[in-house]
Amino acid sequence: MSEVLQLLLSGLSQGCVYGLIALGFVMVYKATEMLNFAQGELMMVGAFVAFTVINLMGLPFVFGVPLTLVAMVAFGMGLERGVLRPMIGEPPFAVLMLTIGLGFVLRAVAGAIWGNEPRTLDVPFAGDVVNLGRIVLGVENLVVIAGTAVLCIALWLFFRYSRIGVAMQAASQNQLAAYYSGVPVKRITSLVWGISAAISATAGMLVAPIALIDPNMGLVGIKAFAAAIVGGFGSLPGAIVGGLVIGVAEQFAGRYLPAGAGEVSAFAILLIMLFVRPEGIFASLQQKKV
Amino acid sequence: MRFVLTTRYGQDVDVFRHGGERFWYALLGLVVLAAPWVVSPYNVGELALVFIWAIAGIGLMLLVGYTGLVSLGHAAFFAIGAYSHAILLGYGVPFVVSVPIAVALTAGVGALVGIPALRMTGVYLAVATLAFERIVAFTIEHSDPLTGGLRGMAVEQPSFFGLSIVNDQLFYYLCLGVLVVGLFGAKNLLRSPTGRAFVAVRDSEISAESMGVHLARTKTTAFAVSAGFTGLAGTLFAHKAGYLAPDAFTVQTSIQLLLLVVVGGLGSLHGVVFGAIFVGYLPQALAVARDVLPAAIGQIPGLELGVFGAILVLFLVFEPLGIYGRWLKIRAWFDEFPLYRRATHKRQKSYLRTERVH
Repeated sequence: MSEVLQLLLSGLSQGCVYGLIALGFVMVYKATEMLNFAQGELMMVGAFVAFTVINLMGLPFVFGVPLTLVAMVAFGMGLERGVLRPMIGEPPFAVLMLTIGLGFVLRAVAGAIWGNEPRTLDVPFAGDVVNLGRIVLGVENLVVIAGTAVLCIALWLFFRYSRIGVAMQAASQNQLAAYYSGVPVKRITSLVWGISAAISATAGMLVAPIALIDPNMGLVGIKAFAAAIVGGFGSLPGAIVGGLVIGVAEQFAGRYLPAGAGEVSAFAILLIMLFVRPEGIFASLQQKKV
Repeated sequence: MRFVLTTRYGQDVDVFRHGGERFWYALLGLVVLAAPWVVSPYNVGELALVFIWAIAGIGLMLLVGYTGLVSLGHAAFFAIGAYSHAILLGYGVPFVVSVPIAVALTAGVGALVGIPALRMTGVYLAVATLAFERIVAFTIEHSDPLTGGLRGMAVEQPSFFGLSIVNDQLFYYLCLGVLVVGLFGAKNLLRSPTGRAFVAVRDSEISAESMGVHLARTKTTAFAVSAGFTGLAGTLFAHKAGYLAPDAFTVQTSIQLLLLVVVGGLGSLHGVVFGAIFVGYLPQALAVARDVLPAAIGQIPGLELGVFGAILVLFLVFEPLGIYGRWLKIRAWFDEFPLYRRATHKRQKSYLRTERVH
């Protein structure tokens, strides 16, 4: 019983990371219909920025985190302005390939700047555990879950109540109509990229105490796509739920099925989902066919 | 500028449009036939590898460039072709029987993958094929008795006319022959109703369907043919490598194939060859560059993939039609001098799907 709970918890915390990357991915997709295959690499860059700010520059954790987020918003916006904007109106395939290429470039650049050996992020709660009867919970895992929950609530409030958030929703539903109503679509798109980069960076910072930071950590981005599709493409809560499903399934498959099954379970779930219910768990009301 | 006056029906269906083209292709043919006697044995091997890339590229080009379906899983077809061929050879099946069986098997798997592909396009398909690739890799790694698992398996190297297939020159001509037949076959396929249906589906599924193109059948055929070509390249690769291990067929292989078709030029068979030369020779160009560059830049780990990515980005932003597209523009400049206008090749932008009329 305690083993099941243990697996469930680590699955949930891993799933939160997938979910957050998927969230960034879905946001960009909804706003621009661009598929950002470099989302995992944005997470990696975010983790490295946090590492630089906190470990190398010695800033305290509470200042380092906001600074990283601001830096990543700027990075995401810069990326949109410099590389992605010229691609507006190009076929989706070209954008897909572009972001794949971008992911490779980011990985090589990160390797050049920070080196390829794995790093650890200094966090105040490293290694702490909570004992609940016979169950031992790592504080890092709890922080991931709590951090994801806080971020989700913040995002929900942002989209529901803030002017910019509503404008983003409008732009994602119909760019042309939003533009006619006076929404600055280009600036909004930039901002969406910024926020999505910041969400990925949050995922990177949350996962850094559990997994190590290295230039290849962005490869989990592939599983995040699986999460986004399982959750129902284009649905923000779906992205998180899809991430949780895949995270938990992976832990259980890794424990109870033959070796290596954990690694492919995400893809197996994805393929089954595509056969059984291609629109995902949370089919978005406004059908946007991809 | 050359205007071809068509006076016979034969001219319309001819592969080459006029005598000039025939002359240049004949010259090219002579050059590649003579190459094994001129260049070093090492380069003969490398050229054979370029041909293998090109054969696999034909497959992906038919799918991505002509049918408009994206696949991130072509490494899987490459692997299925290579492994099934190697396993059949291991059971003593002769080469000439084993290759068609391996190709048919790969095409069959391709058709199976194509069935769910009917319901999805774009990202769904890209991610689904990626997932398929991972699952095939997993299966290969865990089918120890057949594939040797992670250790890999040695490939039997049969002999022809007293020469082993690993003989550089023999293998070169084998790959060249398969490539030429493949290109010719693909060219003719594209002129057939099936090939025209591919292009119609790429340009607009709705128009294609209204014109009576059977979408499901066309897409499945495209997947099967594409997988078949890639599997054929896989069978040749098995002999080139001599030893098959799962790490030779990863997502990176799929992406290299996509790089090949994008850099070569989407929607052209010439592009396949240009792209194959590019993908085949880029690692060597980089190896040379590493020695020339200062150590700080030359020794970056993962430099090769970074350069791959950067080239991909640059091509997509500045020359989405690839090397072949650039060549067409250069030729048009000479043809139309001094009347060439840049606007002739202006790219057409499309709206977001939400704003398009369905």
